[in-house]
Amino acid sequence: MSDHELTAHETHSVRGYIFVFIALLAGTGLTVWASFIHFGSQEINIAVALTIATVKAFLVVAYFMHLISERKMIYCVMGFTAFFFAAMMGLTLWSLAPNNLVHT
Amino acid sequence: MDFPYIVEPRRDTGLYNAKLGIWLFLASEVMLFGALFSAYVLLRVGAEPGMWPHGWLNVPVGTANTIVLITSSITTVLAWVSCQTRQFGRFRFYHACTLLLALTFVCIKSYEYHDKFTHYEFTLANGKFADGHLVEKSRDFNLAQKTGSVILHGREVEREVELMDLHRPEARHLQHVEITIPATGIKKMERYGPWHHTYLAIYFTLTGLHALHVICGAVVIGFLWGPGAKMWQTDPKRFTNRIEISGLFWHFVDLVWIFLFPVLYLL
Amino acid sequence: MTPSVSNIPLHDDDGAGHRKADHPEAGFWRTYIFSTDHKVIGVQYALGSLCFLLFGFFLMLLMRWQISKPGVPVPVLGPLLARALGSAAANGALSPDLYNSFGAMHGTIMVFLGVVPLAFAAFSNVVLPLQIGAPDMAFPRLNMASFQAYVIGGVIMLASFFIPGGAAQAGWTSYSPLATAIPTDGQTFWIIGMVFIITSSLLSAVNFIATIIQMRAPGMTWMRLPFFVWAQFVTSFLLLLAFPPLEAAAIMQLMDKVAHTSFFLPTGLAVGGQLANISGGGSPLLWQHLFWFLGHPEVYVLILPAMGIVCEIIANNTRKPIWGYKSLVYSVLAIGFLSFLVWAHHMYLTGMGTKVAVFFQTTTMIISIPSVIILTCLLISLWGASIRFNTPMLFALAFLPMFGMGGLTGLPLGFNISDVHLHDTYYIIAHFHYVVAPGTIFALFAGIYYWLPKLTGRMMNEFWGRVHFWTSLVFMNVVFMPMFAQGMAGMLRRMTDGGANYSAAVNARAGAEVIGGLSNNIIEMHTWILWGACALGLAQIPFIINLFWSLKHGEKVDSDNPWQATTLEWQTATPPPHGNFPEAPRVYRGPYEYSVPGHAADFTPQNEPEK
Repeated sequence: MSDHELTAHETHSVRGYIFVFIALLAGTGLTVWASFIHFGSQEINIAVALTIATVKAFLVVAYFMHLISERKMIYCVMGFTAFFFAAMMGLTLWSLAPNNLVHT
Repeated sequence: MDFPYIVEPRRDTGLYNAKLGIWLFLASEVMLFGALFSAYVLLRVGAEPGMWPHGWLNVPVGTANTIVLITSSITTVLAWVSCQTRQFGRFRFYHACTLLLALTFVCIKSYEYHDKFTHYEFTLANGKFADGHLVEKSRDFNLAQKTGSVILHGREVEREVELMDLHRPEARHLQHVEITIPATGIKKMERYGPWHHTYLAIYFTLTGLHALHVICGAVVIGFLWGPGAKMWQTDPKRFTNRIEISGLFWHFVDLVWIFLFPVLYLL
Repeated sequence: MTPSVSNIPLHDDDGAGHRKADHPEAGFWRTYIFSTDHKVIGVQYALGSLCFLLFGFFLMLLMRWQISKPGVPVPVLGPLLARALGSAAANGALSPDLYNSFGAMHGTIMVFLGVVPLAFAAFSNVVLPLQIGAPDMAFPRLNMASFQAYVIGGVIMLASFFIPGGAAQAGWTSYSPLATAIPTDGQTFWIIGMVFIITSSLLSAVNFIATIIQMRAPGMTWMRLPFFVWAQFVTSFLLLLAFPPLEAAAIMQLMDKVAHTSFFLPTGLAVGGQLANISGGGSPLLWQHLFWFLGHPEVYVLILPAMGIVCEIIANNTRKPIWGYKSLVYSVLAIGFLSFLVWAHHMYLTGMGTKVAVFFQTTTMIISIPSVIILTCLLISLWGASIRFNTPMLFALAFLPMFGMGGLTGLPLGFNISDVHLHDTYYIIAHFHYVVAPGTIFALFAGIYYWLPKLTGRMMNEFWGRVHFWTSLVFMNVVFMPMFAQGMAGMLRRMTDGGANYSAAVNARAGAEVIGGLSNNIIEMHTWILWGACALGLAQIPFIINLFWSLKHGEKVDSDNPWQATTLEWQTATPPPHGNFPEAPRVYRGPYEYSVPGHAADFTPQNEPEK
């Protein structure tokens, strides 16, 4: 197999991947740092941590897994999956919330 | 009849078969880990106030593991790019890094598990609690027969709830000392295993299942790096597709950890 | 027409599309045991699942004996049971614990090892690639692995009968904390078996979805697919997305059992009068939610392939296009989507608040609409048709009213207010058995009579097929119809003495001020049901004999398309060769072009070129 110089397109995408990598490292640092800050309530800490995690996850899925350049079919599959995951978690937690249970 | 779309994508879907296959499989994995995360939320929300642990896991170690996995993700994607640009040597290098990083992750995880399994909570006869790492058991130590003693490196507290939230200001200045406890003073001793608290149960289950996925992913990538690399000679395009597919699985494993880390270690 | 090839293909496909000449002839093991050919795998699934169905049937017969005659030794088989199972079957009668384990395993085996592998895996494997014009499934080796996982799961489930403590006893639903508290490793075997079975189904689902999306022949657009393919497509998605939460729950229940965690064990749990030595903090309801998140889509997994099979057979034997193809497609998609949002109607009695109950009742009522649409389309398809009453058609026709009854009797269960009265009674047993037994299983019989000639080149005997049909139809109803009455009278499920303890007779003897109890009429129905079940079992003998007899002695088919059908599986050799079609078929029209005006024949195959 002979080596060949990376094309302009390919160097561009490698650079993109490195940017994402650095962003992920930064996000990790950010989330650890934010966990030591005492926002008003625990809920805010949770929201901050999950937001940062979601952004990191988006970067991995969109760029490393190149979902951003995939076609409709995959979007459909993952879209429905995301919906049903949300429904499963949401409806289960809602059903088991204390004021939605009948206590005798 | 020839088998279509193994290498070249089908025009209307833009996909080759295995890529659709792996995304479908990942969809099922989302539901699998999703159910476990739902369990986590429910168990935490349903716990008695003050009795949900915080700070039981080592944040620097967890952060290190996060960096390890993120790095393995970039090496994975670069391995695939190397295949696309027909640079076999580079592919071999990058995926060797991926495999080493996977090994590192599992080693660090094992260290963490070991740390938990050597950590004990003692319910004392005087109604107090002692908590810490076991340093030494005396040779004649037998809890049932109440002989001997243990030495632990930890602390003694009045109430069990003080052992839960280690993020509280009071807990931040803990002193860990060597305590010797005779067997006669111990009512119950329990390791920090999954049976000890539902937090540990979900921690071990989530990270254990995740680690299993890390190992399986590493085995597949290892196979493709080693014996499976023969296909590079006969069908490089199909081999590149295999690297892409295994890479997609690996990124998913990284993705799960991106959520596991803050949820279990930081919150 | 391509000439017939008499053998099942002799070598596996490694997916690389190599020409036939490149491979040496494979031996017995590669051809029949470790095959990656979808037709062979389909037959493997079919044989395996039919065996499990028979085994599950026997478990039920033993249970029905115990219900009718509590404590009386089982005739003939009693001593055998005593020897095989020891004290659990002392004197040849079922102990209550053994009855419970038979109940749990009957459900598990029938659903997960019987009906789903037959309806989903077997029929999809045999028919699906052929109907879409594909050479095989998208991932042939994964297909083989799925079957192997199924076998392992089945072996583990069967093995659990013989371990100390016996098989699982906590129902097919394995509710915690009972499942964890029962001191038998059978529960652990059940969980591990389920993990293998779930893995098998998941991998199959990935395979079938990828096949349907990627491997359709040129010209086979989505709206030209036979409804059977649509049904299996939606079924696959249900399995793909609904099974993993159960797998997660199974892992957690395994941890509860083996690692003594408390995922589903609440604080303060007492077992046998003693406080359990657990951390507590768990939620039994969490198990139920995760179980039924799969459990509800699972029932659609049981019925949708059956609807697909019935549709194909009705179209073929009415010699007319199916009425409302588009409605069928949109309805099955709607059912698939909605089935994820109704699960807690299995949990109305767990103390849910009114808001939650109203939500799930609403989605449950909504999902009944597409089901009715599908049934209606199939019924309207019969209007004005020249019906050919062959055996497959008889079973397909009977499916309609039987499934109709099963479905309609589900309506009072979907409403919280009436379910409070009917939950956990025999009414429920009657309801779901009507849907699955004279419902799905009839459709599966229809499918076997219909498609077996494609694989073997021989028809099954028509006379004995009709005997099988009429006797099965009558005795299915004898067995399950009385159960509606029993349930409405208040007879609960899973009572090992058949409700004798709650009978009016016992109450009268007690002489107390107890009002009500199960009347003698209700209790006596047990006898009818027992004999009906025995007769139902006997009615399957002609089928079993017919199946094997026809392989060598059945009437040979007069062509590759003996039913004069339009779909692609009939437009190739019998049995289809390795790769299914000599070259990829080209599809020109929809799947049900029967009796098209102006055409000489009363059917036009999908791949026949336009004149």
